[in-house]
Amino acid sequence: MVAVVIWGSLRRFTDGKGRVEVEARTFKELLDRLSQDYPGLAPQITRGVSLAVDGLIYREAWFTAINPESEVVLMPYMTGG
Amino acid sequence: MPRDNNDTRVFKVVGTRPPRPDGIDKVTGRAMYGADVTAPGMLSAQILRSPHAHARIVAIDTAAAAALPGVKAIVTAADFMAQDDAGLDDILVNCMARDVVLYDGHAVAAVAATTPAIARAALKLIDVTYEALPHVTDVDAAMRPDAPVVQAGRANESVPAGMSPNVTHHCEFGHGDVDAGFAAADVIVERSFTTAATHQGYIEPHACLATFTGEDKADLWCCTQGQYNVRTVCAALMGMEASQLRVTASEIGGGFGGKTTVFIEPVALALSRKAGRPVKIVMSRDEVFRATGPTVSSSIDVRIGMTRDGRITAGEAVLRYSGGAFPCGTVDMGAQSAFAAYDMPAVRTLGWNALTNRPKEAAYRAPGAPMAIYAVESVVDELCQTLALDPLDVRLKNAARKGTLSSYGPTFDDIGLVATLEAAKAHPHYHAPLGPGQGRGLSAGFWFNFGGNTCVSLNINTDGTVGVTEGNPDIGGSRAAISQMAAEELGLPYEKIRTIVADTASLGHNDVTDGSRVTFAVGLATIKAAQDAVAKMCARAAAIWGIDPDAVEWVDGAAQPCGPNAGKFPPMSLAEIAAVSFQTGGPIAGHHEFNADGAGVSFGVHLVDVEVDRETGATKVLRYTVFQDAGKAVHPSYVEGQMQGGAVQGIGWALNEEYIYGEDGRLQNPGFLDYRIPVASDLPNIDTVILEIPNPGHPYGVRGVGETPIVPPLAALSNAVSRAIGLRLNRLPMSPPRILAALSGS
Repeated sequence: MVAVVIWGSLRRFTDGKGRVEVEARTFKELLDRLSQDYPGLAPQITRGVSLAVDGLIYREAWFTAINPESEVVLMPYMTGG
Repeated sequence: MPRDNNDTRVFKVVGTRPPRPDGIDKVTGRAMYGADVTAPGMLSAQILRSPHAHARIVAIDTAAAAALPGVKAIVTAADFMAQDDAGLDDILVNCMARDVVLYDGHAVAAVAATTPAIARAALKLIDVTYEALPHVTDVDAAMRPDAPVVQAGRANESVPAGMSPNVTHHCEFGHGDVDAGFAAADVIVERSFTTAATHQGYIEPHACLATFTGEDKADLWCCTQGQYNVRTVCAALMGMEASQLRVTASEIGGGFGGKTTVFIEPVALALSRKAGRPVKIVMSRDEVFRATGPTVSSSIDVRIGMTRDGRITAGEAVLRYSGGAFPCGTVDMGAQSAFAAYDMPAVRTLGWNALTNRPKEAAYRAPGAPMAIYAVESVVDELCQTLALDPLDVRLKNAARKGTLSSYGPTFDDIGLVATLEAAKAHPHYHAPLGPGQGRGLSAGFWFNFGGNTCVSLNINTDGTVGVTEGNPDIGGSRAAISQMAAEELGLPYEKIRTIVADTASLGHNDVTDGSRVTFAVGLATIKAAQDAVAKMCARAAAIWGIDPDAVEWVDGAAQPCGPNAGKFPPMSLAEIAAVSFQTGGPIAGHHEFNADGAGVSFGVHLVDVEVDRETGATKVLRYTVFQDAGKAVHPSYVEGQMQGGAVQGIGWALNEEYIYGEDGRLQNPGFLDYRIPVASDLPNIDTVILEIPNPGHPYGVRGVGETPIVPPLAALSNAVSRAIGLRLNRLPMSPPRILAALSGS
């Protein structure tokens, strides 16, 4: 299981939980499980999210491996100028 | 991407300052910008724009315009297909209003004619019947329940029920017990701030040339930060296949984020398709201001608690941003970055976006961060003044560092903020005496940086030179930096490399030149492409020598045998291998494509001295120093240029620049005479201190540098002015009338 930190305004879709656990080995599996377990997150995930794994921010890389002991933080999709 | 030996590697080309390859062309007028492209039979197009801030389009009568001799095509919203994707449809509606005009300057029709004069005359013959609607241009006013509704039904699922229909997005970040944190504070300061929308202020207006060579095949030349994004968007809006639209990026006279989207390109394509001839559009400066992306405008409340010895116990911010008349998520970035420089036990940021009758926001260097960090750094500075603490010491005491749980969620790994603050503290600038009426301000700043989709080809020419083909328009000198990294990896002199920016048909997808990504990500792809080519050249040499490819190594631009059983052969240089490439297997090229991660966050600290004229309210910048954790500086002059440029744009944002709207909702200052950006005579030399703390995510230690420098200046200037006049202004810009008003107590 991977513990995923959810940002504040999404917690209304995770029963108020700021940290949820999902079975996932990759970025893609994590997004799929989050959408499945917490359907309220699906619109945001569809619009785009980033994922910080042990402090490193990934924007899209589906096959990024995630270890159960990793710090995993869901973040909005990064944009820049 | 694991780090190479970038702590100890001795570079030969990287870190030097060769002349920029585009420099002479640009200063002699030979460089081809967006407006410089022409085509046989080309038409000129002009766009009719709304004189209303908000109005229903009752009717558009184009008959008289169409009858004008020389007019070849007219388009309105009726010539474009609505898009299923809301983001794409917003871009389309921003390019051409559908049913309702949403801001002063919103496009309603366009004419292509044989001359610009005829096109302008035709615009006057288009009869648009408007029904004026109530408007709102202020973000706080737009959030009120009784505010005029800009667009209904645009809120996403993040917005709680009961908000104004103008509120489209909400976010919240943070950790810890904020109430307990404030209870532990000795002093709490709570302030409200506003910042004006500012324009990116690029010198080159938007320009493009579109030509259909068949019903569904077209070419488009334009000034853009991302030709692939232009292709993706325009192909969708035109109902074309991407392969049939080739987009070529011109030289670019500045973008700063404002050229990461499209404004006129779909219009030119639609006119060209309708007229059957090439169509060129060049925006006037008035149009650039009225109809292309400024930043968000903002209204921000910040509350910070601190102990007497300068430890921050809690922080809270509420950010209200408006990205104009369309939904906008920039507040996410502001809410995440507001407190990123601090190690805080408790922090909470709330963000809201509200629609206003203003142009659609476009990105501007570190979008969303400067205004958020301005508000936070202003309150930190006021706390330092209240408690008589040194502002650099307080920032060092509270600085985020390795192991800090960041305000936006992840735990920081190695970051350079402490080193940057220490460099500022040790610098003579920080200890130089100030004169009467002068003040010194400082601010820390932060930006995320990212990598993104990147594709590079590297061709070994038979004469021993090398061509690098990349897909990102060169805004800040990337062609030089890419050539330097190719030269470094290949062991060639810089002069042997030429890097060009490809059109969309010539190379795989590349993300936009944004996010401070190009030197990092394209550089990384170039290194990998060079390594690919080196492996092939080693294999060719091995074949010539009749030895195993594994027994060949690449040293100083040549293949040579390695290991005890490889045999003794004189090294073969790249030129020698290239010269016989046709005989040894054909052309040699390297390639790499990937989605780059590992960009690494960036911190900067700015230090500024100002003097305020109490009679005129004018602020003179006396001295300015930028400190930044920039990773390995591939071309230090370009890194310094980014740091200086960001500082200057931030100075303008802090002191003068703002979109000014009248009661009628119309923009009052759409030109550089009334929208005043800093010029050279306004400024001292901007000193720079580059801290080359290697980025572990890049083999040379490269880190993005382009966006962070615009983050600290707003607060640094505000803190300096506040200390100079003994009053704190909580509204940007701090223009002379506002300073005079503050001094007079009005």
